[in-house]
Amino acid sequence: MLKCEHFNKICVALDNCEHYQKFKVYKDKILALGNDSLEKTIAIAVALCLVCAVLVSFSAVALKPLQVHNKELDMKKNILDVAGLLQEDSDIDSAFAEKIEAKIVDLETGDYVEDMNVADYDQRKAAKDPELSVAIPKDKDIAHIRVKAKYAKVFLVKEDGAIKSIILPINGYGLWSTLYGFLSVDPDGQTVQSINFYDQAETPGLGGEVVNPAWRALWKGKKIYSESSADMNEPVLSLIKGVVDNTKAGSQYQVDGLAGATLTSTGVSNLVKYWMSKEGFAPYLAKVRTDKGV
Amino acid sequence: MSEILNDETKKVLTTPLVNDNPITLQVLGICSALAVTSQMSTSLIMALALTLVTAFSSAAISSIRNHIPGSIRIIVQMTIIASLVIVVDQVLKAFAYEISKQLSVFVGLIITNCIVMGRAEAYAMKNPPLESFMDGIGNGLGYSLILIIVAFFRETLGSGKLLGFEVFPLAKDGGWYDPNGLMLLPPSAFFIIGLIIWSVRQWKPNQVEQADFKILSISHGEGGHH
Repeated sequence: MLKCEHFNKICVALDNCEHYQKFKVYKDKILALGNDSLEKTIAIAVALCLVCAVLVSFSAVALKPLQVHNKELDMKKNILDVAGLLQEDSDIDSAFAEKIEAKIVDLETGDYVEDMNVADYDQRKAAKDPELSVAIPKDKDIAHIRVKAKYAKVFLVKEDGAIKSIILPINGYGLWSTLYGFLSVDPDGQTVQSINFYDQAETPGLGGEVVNPAWRALWKGKKIYSESSADMNEPVLSLIKGVVDNTKAGSQYQVDGLAGATLTSTGVSNLVKYWMSKEGFAPYLAKVRTDKGV
Repeated sequence: MSEILNDETKKVLTTPLVNDNPITLQVLGICSALAVTSQMSTSLIMALALTLVTAFSSAAISSIRNHIPGSIRIIVQMTIIASLVIVVDQVLKAFAYEISKQLSVFVGLIITNCIVMGRAEAYAMKNPPLESFMDGIGNGLGYSLILIIVAFFRETLGSGKLLGFEVFPLAKDGGWYDPNGLMLLPPSAFFIIGLIIWSVRQWKPNQVEQADFKILSISHGEGGHH
């Protein structure tokens, strides 16, 4: 009954309010007008927009915290997944906080950047910010992404002080969409641990199979750079047509292409090549190899 | 029950299922029916979202129908529909993030789904709110029914699964079923919807449209006489 009392109070207050009475008179006058009069048309349009705007903004603002949380959780889940640390029914937030350390890397020099706030840095947003990004020259843009952030946010998995895996953000164009994902490598900066794509809109069942665990498992143990050359700047790892023959020489640089998705496969090949080259993480990985990432 | 569901509400609820189905008879809303039906889970969420939007927008439009100025009629309807769709999209992003990621733009595109607009214009503008609400639910269910049938065939034949559970063991995982890749592509929904329309019209021949004109036969012999 308490609510009713409040409601009655509000009604009494409204009845006593001069402006509300004026509004009521105006409302009745407008509603009595012919539907095609100019005044009514404008009044209805304004009133409708107000009501709809309140509805839309209320839902957007009220649900924002939940949506942001969902997004962060999804990102953390993907990082844990590519690190091989994702367990069913474990708490993602605490597992992430416990095992993963985020770092910002200057892509040009390969050094860690210490004077930036790691938690607030969003590499995807930075790629759209003219001050924090660089345009990629056309002849080098094999991943078709046009711009890249100057600084990349990498994630390290450490165990007893030593790095266990390095998780690198990668992106590039496939057939329909830009694929965003992570590639995790051993501290030798050479051996792949896993790959995953958390944002892509390739054809379901064909190019969309980039998320298939069976295909992703093929990446484990593959080598990014040619072992015969001393220069670890030119990645050789790529997707091939058909199935890799593991007995042949060079199979450690090859991953099965996706059946029926030639363009997505080429896209994935190119984006891995791009991000592992001098344009991407090669300088950083070189430093990791010499400094052991510390 | 009979008090809530009088004859008119019953009629508006059930006729859109088969007799006046928005997809098979009115041939509306095909775009999203092609796009989201490669999986059952996305189809179900899409069907639910569209049903709710159609029902509530019809009810809202119907309740102000006597005061909508004719000159901005369509804009008023679009504003109401668009607001509801944005709310649905926001709710999905907050409570069903995975599904909303898969549906991506198609939730937003409910705004342009001809079923919602069609029902607002054809029914809600002329009928009281409760009936309009029921009409929205009915048409939403008609759309849902077709979506579920199409998704059933596309997911089982295309990926050997249903709602993510394995139905046919796939050849690449050691089973016997070699999935049909075409079923995962939007054109396959065209074939399935076409087959559904054909079978419904076989069953109910009164749904077959009259031809706009008759093709004259040339066997009257007129050709030889000029």
